[in-house]
Amino acid sequence: MLHTGDAPAYPMPRDAARCPFDPPAELAEIRDTDGIRRVQIWDGSRPWLVTRHADIRAVLSHPAISADIDNEGYPHQSAAIRARRSRAKTFFTADGVEEHDEPRRVLAREFTAKRMQSLREVIQGVTDRAIDEMLAGEKPADLVEKLALPVPTVMICDLLGAPDVDHARVQDLTKVFVAASSTPADTTAAAEELLDLIGGLLDEKAQAPGDDLLSRLATEQLVPGLRTREELSRMGLLLLTAGHETSANMIALGTAALLTNPDQLALIRDAEDPAVAAGAVEELLRYLTIVHSGLRRVAIEDLEVAGTTIRRGEGVILALGPGNRDAAAFADGEHAGPDSLDITRPARHHLAFGFGVHQCLGQQLARVELQVVFSTLFRRIPTLALAQPLTDVPFKTDMSIYGAHELLVTW
Amino acid sequence: MKIHIDEDRCVGGGQCVLAAPEVFDQRDDDGIVVLLQEQPADDLDHQVREAALLCPALAITLEETAP
Repeated sequence: MLHTGDAPAYPMPRDAARCPFDPPAELAEIRDTDGIRRVQIWDGSRPWLVTRHADIRAVLSHPAISADIDNEGYPHQSAAIRARRSRAKTFFTADGVEEHDEPRRVLAREFTAKRMQSLREVIQGVTDRAIDEMLAGEKPADLVEKLALPVPTVMICDLLGAPDVDHARVQDLTKVFVAASSTPADTTAAAEELLDLIGGLLDEKAQAPGDDLLSRLATEQLVPGLRTREELSRMGLLLLTAGHETSANMIALGTAALLTNPDQLALIRDAEDPAVAAGAVEELLRYLTIVHSGLRRVAIEDLEVAGTTIRRGEGVILALGPGNRDAAAFADGEHAGPDSLDITRPARHHLAFGFGVHQCLGQQLARVELQVVFSTLFRRIPTLALAQPLTDVPFKTDMSIYGAHELLVTW
Repeated sequence: MKIHIDEDRCVGGGQCVLAAPEVFDQRDDDGIVVLLQEQPADDLDHQVREAALLCPALAITLEETAP
């Protein structure tokens, strides 16, 4: 580990010798000692790293904490992510009634729990078709390409009202957003292309609206002049990219985790009660915590965290991985320890979707997608197996969202 | 137990609806919480407490009432 004074470099690399699903050991060490530590990030700044479940919840719902990327001291993930986020800034990286609450509410109705549950049959159909195509193709198959990416991409494009959009192009541009190798020019250009695409769709929908999300934004917000084309395009961009990259990584990583924990896989495969798959999804979200480079915030007033004073203007990084493995929140004596996958564990209080007012807007869609995929895949293909040793899987250690670049499976 | 909700804080995450569907719903026009029962029966206590714990915006507060 690179040390700069008392501030270790962050993010720490995952230890290749350990389980690929475990966060770096240094993070658990911080959590189990001081709980909070200054770390040094790419631009030389030294934000605070918060690692315990209770502290992460407290910080993410604290009035002295801001998610606004324009605040002095905000600890950006990289120059490329800073450039993309400022080009396409939305309510997701802003605070307050006008900048956050009101625009979020325009979209919140589109992703309510009941509305997403009503999509279960549609998601089942999309999942079954993807599995049919995989089975009709060659073995081994790349599960990322055949199942993990198509299901969430088709779903978010359908919800937006853009079923004919070039899925492969959208996936490539989203990859540019999260790749560590991208430059600020790369991410800005990718954002411009997607904003143009969505702006064009909004114009079309304003003329000929259908029953979809972009049509409602066009007719209820754009045409009456409540919100600009630019703002609405940015909102569409957020949904389009957040809607598939995250769920896709959970599908691939979750499949890998279940195939390496066959006793847990059998519990899902053999369950009659849908509550089993629902519980399993919460546990997989907790155990895998794909947002592995931390949620970023900045203090706008002094606050106390784990006995330490964070000063106004100092950056804060919430390390969700170690928080989701915190024994104080997840060890109950009845289930396996928090470093193990135990799908019978009550895990709904995990932090995989964040906490506070910026908690994931699409979480109810992600839940139903993951429940359908995991309760279908192992029933349809009982002999499904990894076609390569787990240690050879190209995991996304180089991306801001964890997952697998490719997951070769056979049956 | 009596439930208080703060609509201004609510961000429409839907956690409460998943935890206690007989007690909480969401408005169709903005996803904001709708309280279906202010003082639900005791057998829903566990679900309601979970909803309050899971609410990311801390928009649900519980007031203990005499049995």
